[in-house]
Amino acid sequence: MKIKGKVWVLGDDIDTDIIIPTEYLAMKSIHDMKQYAFSPLRPELAASIRPGDIIVAGKNFGCGSSREQAPEIIKSLQVGCVIAKSFARIFYRNAINNGLLLVEHDLLPELVTEGEDITVSVGEYIEHKDKRYDLSPLPTNLMEIIAAGGLVEAMKKKNSRND
Amino acid sequence: MRMTISEKIIASAAGLEKVSAGEIHTVNVDRLMSNDGTTHLAIDMYNTLLKKPRIADKDKLVFIIDHNMPADNPKTAAAHKKMRDFAREHGIAFYEGKGVCHQIMMEEYVRSGELIFGADSHTCTYGALGAFGTGVGNTDFLYAMVTGKSWVLVPPTLRFHLTGKFREGVYPRDLILTIIGDIGADGATYKVMEFTGEGAKAMNINERMVLANMAVEAGAKTGIFEPDEAALEYLENHGRKPKYLFKSDPDAVFEKEYHYDLSKIEPVVARPDNVDDVVSVDEVGDVKINQGFIGSCNSGRIEELRTAASILKGKKIADGVRLLISPASNTVYLQALQEGLMDIFIDAGAMIMNSNCSVCWGGCQGVIGEGEVLISTGTRNFKGRAGHKDSKVYLASAATVAASALAGKIVRADRVIA
Repeated sequence: MKIKGKVWVLGDDIDTDIIIPTEYLAMKSIHDMKQYAFSPLRPELAASIRPGDIIVAGKNFGCGSSREQAPEIIKSLQVGCVIAKSFARIFYRNAINNGLLLVEHDLLPELVTEGEDITVSVGEYIEHKDKRYDLSPLPTNLMEIIAAGGLVEAMKKKNSRND
Repeated sequence: MRMTISEKIIASAAGLEKVSAGEIHTVNVDRLMSNDGTTHLAIDMYNTLLKKPRIADKDKLVFIIDHNMPADNPKTAAAHKKMRDFAREHGIAFYEGKGVCHQIMMEEYVRSGELIFGADSHTCTYGALGAFGTGVGNTDFLYAMVTGKSWVLVPPTLRFHLTGKFREGVYPRDLILTIIGDIGADGATYKVMEFTGEGAKAMNINERMVLANMAVEAGAKTGIFEPDEAALEYLENHGRKPKYLFKSDPDAVFEKEYHYDLSKIEPVVARPDNVDDVVSVDEVGDVKINQGFIGSCNSGRIEELRTAASILKGKKIADGVRLLISPASNTVYLQALQEGLMDIFIDAGAMIMNSNCSVCWGGCQGVIGEGEVLISTGTRNFKGRAGHKDSKVYLASAATVAASALAGKIVRADRVIA
């Protein structure tokens, strides 16, 4: 799986309330909410993100609430993946369950500038300015969930194979 | 055996003799809680995505409406109705208007030694009774609701040794904020924070809840205490017995050990917008406030209400300042009424809210406007957490919030009393 996209750079501790503020959670669908993604920090961001773009952030991305609307909204903006120095645990699990790819990398967030293009070859490397940075492979079961588009889809696939 | 309390709970939930940090295990979940933050999403998935939906064990489920309680607009009312109807249809335990979900769970359900999933990040609160409670999203909740099982990556444990006694005017709230300030908002990511030592043992269950509840604010999977006489007494008073009374083995493996002398802890605040930006109240400078809030699953119990009342008694809150108080449950509310605390609050000029998540979650009541400053006993001070994106939230103890409401600016309680 290869993702090539333009990066949007955010800082440390991007919390769930920045990803989707409480006041918009009551909206009927993720589609209605998605224009408000990251709005407390970058009100213009949701409208600027194009399908396949990549979000790069510092440490502790997704800290805070267990609200699953947070990874869902990033997925709905068709973000290719989120690369961060580290992810908060509940967000990490929720993202996998929704088929949103997360990549942990210490170095890259220090190197990229917003607007640059990078290529992520999942479980293999990240390419930035003709330089390649190694990635460790994702566990097979997590990769299966992401490839299926989330936990529910992965379960359905598994069940239909067993039927 | 070489296991921590958390490893023993996971091992028993996995039906294994021994587990170690880093392993992934399938576990049976003892109980599943979900609130109106996301239950409607889980119900939609249940109804639309699953071919032959069924609930593994309805008696393990608890639905609680507390985030937007009572409903503040037709959209939240619709989400509540969906939850209420589903609970009735499937015979699921259902609460609304009774209090914050974690307080209800502690009063009604949690038993030492249980593994509990809650679709709310502060499910880690249940560690106060020696249960392993952890927050999950609605997909994990749905999976566990349908299968009765889930998976857990066994977390390593950080052990916090608490010694000594708090000085007058210093509270468990100041301690947990201090710890988070020291280790950082990701200082315990995917780890357990286990609290031990004479200082932990001297705390009652409500005080232990203040610590366990905030573990997730350091990124932890849960916070936990060894269940002791205090836990047994709490359970007995609430008509329950423990499932298991696990202790960490003397030779259990801890990733890191920390030592805190409670007598050295100062009243502190966490400054906006990070829970780990913690300074002594004296160092915060001249910060005028518009609103104070006392409540939440962290600090809305009788101890905090008594502390606030002792500071507010016979005094008036500053002109132009709002003070909102929401007891964590109706049980706490009634006790505060009986003790005469509500009279003190109302005389001081405070507003009493129903028992719910209230200002802490910035959803249904007491939201703050552009440029306003809130001092709160809530769980988080993220940007825009309590309302407008350009408002500010300081986190502090009930004593500091009450004193600040009197002064109109952030002050230490002992300065106001003096």
